[in-house]
Amino acid sequence: MTDRPWMEVDIVCAGFGPAMGGFLTTLAPCLQEFAIPPQVLCYERADGVGFGVSGVVTRARGIRSSFPNLDVSQIPMATTVATENVLYLLDPTGASRRGASVKALDFAVRHASPVGLHAVELPWTPEFLLKTGGLVMSIGQFNQWVSEQLMMTGTVQIWPGMPIAEPLIENESVVGVRLADQGGMPGMDIRAKLTVVGDGPFGPVGRRIDEVLGTPLGFERNEWAVGSKMLIGLPEGVDLAPGTVFHTMGYPEPEIFGFFYVHPDRLASAGIFVPSWFDNPVRTSYRYLQHFIQHPYFERYVKGGRLRSWGAKSLMESGKRGEPFLVGHGYARIGEGSGSTNVLTGSGVDEAWTTGIQLAEAVTELLREKAPFTRNNLERTYVARRRASWVEEEGRIAEHARDGFQHGFVTGMLGMGLAGVTKGNIVVHQNAKPTFCRLGTVEEYFADRIPRAEIDAIREQANADGVPLHDRLMDRAGWPPIPFDGQLLVSHQDALLIGGKVQATLGFEDHVEFLRRELCEACLTQVCVEICSGEAIAPNKDGGNVPDFDREKCIHCGACLWNCVEPVDAAGHTNIAFHAGAGGLHSAEN
Amino acid sequence: MTNPYHVVVCGGIVPDPLQTLEPVTGPNGPALKNEMMLPAILDPWAAHALYEAANLARKIPGTRVWLVSLAPKAKLQQVMMTIAQRVPLELVALDGPGGGFTDSTAVAAALAQAIEGIAGLDRSRLLLFGGWESASRGAGSTMQMVGERLGVIEQFQGVDELTIGDDGSLHILERVEGGRHQISICDGPPAVLGWATGNLGEPSNNPQVGMQNMRTIMPSLQKAKPVQLASGVTFASVTLPKQQRDTRIVKDMPIEEIAQELAAWVRS
Repeated sequence: MTDRPWMEVDIVCAGFGPAMGGFLTTLAPCLQEFAIPPQVLCYERADGVGFGVSGVVTRARGIRSSFPNLDVSQIPMATTVATENVLYLLDPTGASRRGASVKALDFAVRHASPVGLHAVELPWTPEFLLKTGGLVMSIGQFNQWVSEQLMMTGTVQIWPGMPIAEPLIENESVVGVRLADQGGMPGMDIRAKLTVVGDGPFGPVGRRIDEVLGTPLGFERNEWAVGSKMLIGLPEGVDLAPGTVFHTMGYPEPEIFGFFYVHPDRLASAGIFVPSWFDNPVRTSYRYLQHFIQHPYFERYVKGGRLRSWGAKSLMESGKRGEPFLVGHGYARIGEGSGSTNVLTGSGVDEAWTTGIQLAEAVTELLREKAPFTRNNLERTYVARRRASWVEEEGRIAEHARDGFQHGFVTGMLGMGLAGVTKGNIVVHQNAKPTFCRLGTVEEYFADRIPRAEIDAIREQANADGVPLHDRLMDRAGWPPIPFDGQLLVSHQDALLIGGKVQATLGFEDHVEFLRRELCEACLTQVCVEICSGEAIAPNKDGGNVPDFDREKCIHCGACLWNCVEPVDAAGHTNIAFHAGAGGLHSAEN
Repeated sequence: MTNPYHVVVCGGIVPDPLQTLEPVTGPNGPALKNEMMLPAILDPWAAHALYEAANLARKIPGTRVWLVSLAPKAKLQQVMMTIAQRVPLELVALDGPGGGFTDSTAVAAALAQAIEGIAGLDRSRLLLFGGWESASRGAGSTMQMVGERLGVIEQFQGVDELTIGDDGSLHILERVEGGRHQISICDGPPAVLGWATGNLGEPSNNPQVGMQNMRTIMPSLQKAKPVQLASGVTFASVTLPKQQRDTRIVKDMPIEEIAQELAAWVRS
């Protein structure tokens, strides 16, 4: 025992997202059957439980099972899916980097049918992509609504603004969590019989458990994406029906998929996914997102609209291959960090929610038995439920569905199609490489468009100006400048101040740390600067090459962690440490 | 030794000021677009008052702190999960409309009635704290009327500091014109103190305080009485304070020139 302050509860939960929502929603009513209800606490890093970052379309099978009489209108920004279309977006700018196979596809598309607005709607949507009967939601609003239901039960407590630094591990058992230090005061130890880990794929609790207690054979988390989105107030006169859903591919780069969901009250979520297999080292999500919403197919809807908020987060897209040990002595893992995201259907929220339900049912069973939360007992109750569920069955179908993208867009699409149609029996098999093995240099990527000497000059000037490279290289490579209107198209810095806004709570240390500064000094690529969703990581303005980090701009998307191109050990850890930290986006509309 | 006080802090909630606020006209008059979706915080002026109350309670053993809050219950509950981690308090919750489009007379009446109903409250030891104005309205009238309804005639507004004299007297710094403070000495409670910003920073989160507070907060929220406010005011029009967003990308512009341009713009 340490001299830190500490307290003891029955169950402590790390992170409040959809998985924890499912867990607590299922567990809370069951707690009342015990003479002395177990004490359940949940700690969330963000300053509010509703500060999620995603628009989502989901089949909502698990969610509806938790709320059989769900009145969707009670959840702000939620509606049922009305129509779904898959769009192939052609390049209206001529700047998109399209290989021979994509150009051939473009040619075929342009000559097969009229392509007004530089887009074609696929005549048929693959069944595995359909979300028929599902919901369009804002994760922020959904989390907020769920937390309201939970707190009114009085049986569980959810504490926002309190990051968890790490798990407490003793004798290969997890015995609770340690809260982050604040204002020079040591964080409290919360000791618990069960620690529920739902802090996502790069949460400090889950990652530390992996480091100390190990991972299963074949475990790898090399496939990621940054999901970046805007919430747009559509202009008067745009009459898109709530529940309208578009999935897109092909633009702004073939590797970048997109979405456009329409919420009630003339609000729309528009976003893109920048995947780890996209080989551009200056892989800015914000600039690409601005080009996405200016594609003629969507510009007709959003022009004259207003940016209400924006946000970004990392998505772990290794699916089941990124599944860690689900349970151990004293702990169980749920949600995205437990490898539940389905990378074929592009669905994670409902899967995460359902794993939470499964764990809650297991915990209730063990509480009734008065059985301890040992690995065996959690295997018997939680893991068994999960293995027998649709989450597992569909996750196995999806396991290798995206492997083809390691070879490129067209192979990837074929691989996904094959995996979907054959239920995972025929796949393109390829292990994903980590970013630091995959990414080449800026010079290599732009070799066909920008002379090396000019890249050197652009880099030198960008360093002198203290700005990332991506805007200047994209301008030079032919991308049209963004016509800033101060309303929808605003600078990245302005976006930090609109709607979502970013704030860091006082008293916490910097949560992004550059471990070996000599590696940063020698790093020319600095993808961490280019990908940073909040421009929190920036070129060093005081000389040297170690980037600056401003935690008051960080939105905790976690992209720097998997985009660092400097490995520091054989296990694949990179030169960036992403610790527990408070703050981030302040937007419940996301 | 100073006798302990009974400090009642009146504090509503307001939308998190980091949000995009857009006035709209609803069926019941003016409102904010998506108001129920916006995250809320304890009104910053009232938050200062609460932190000052907690500080007083820490220094004077036996002092009790109540927070009386009129707000939509679901929103108040969310705000409490943050506030409850910071300072020890006992919540008195009233389930009613929040925001800036209510009549302060009606709000004051509801608050005063709730305070009169607090079990164990010693009105002779009462220090009635609150924000000197509200971030949602800025009228600066509610606390005065709450005090008057409770018969508390010693009232101080724009308070930045309270110290307790050896004889138990209250030494109070109030903001006055010209960036100065007026120093008042009051024999003792009861008194109304409408706080400006005070001198205290935001307390760190303390999980143990949060756990202790939940013992009273959840029951209070669960039994919060619905409050219908009398409609004594009509809003002719509602607009946000004027603001201008004019993004301009400049390259190679010296910092001094940017500063000069900003200064010229402010002067204009």
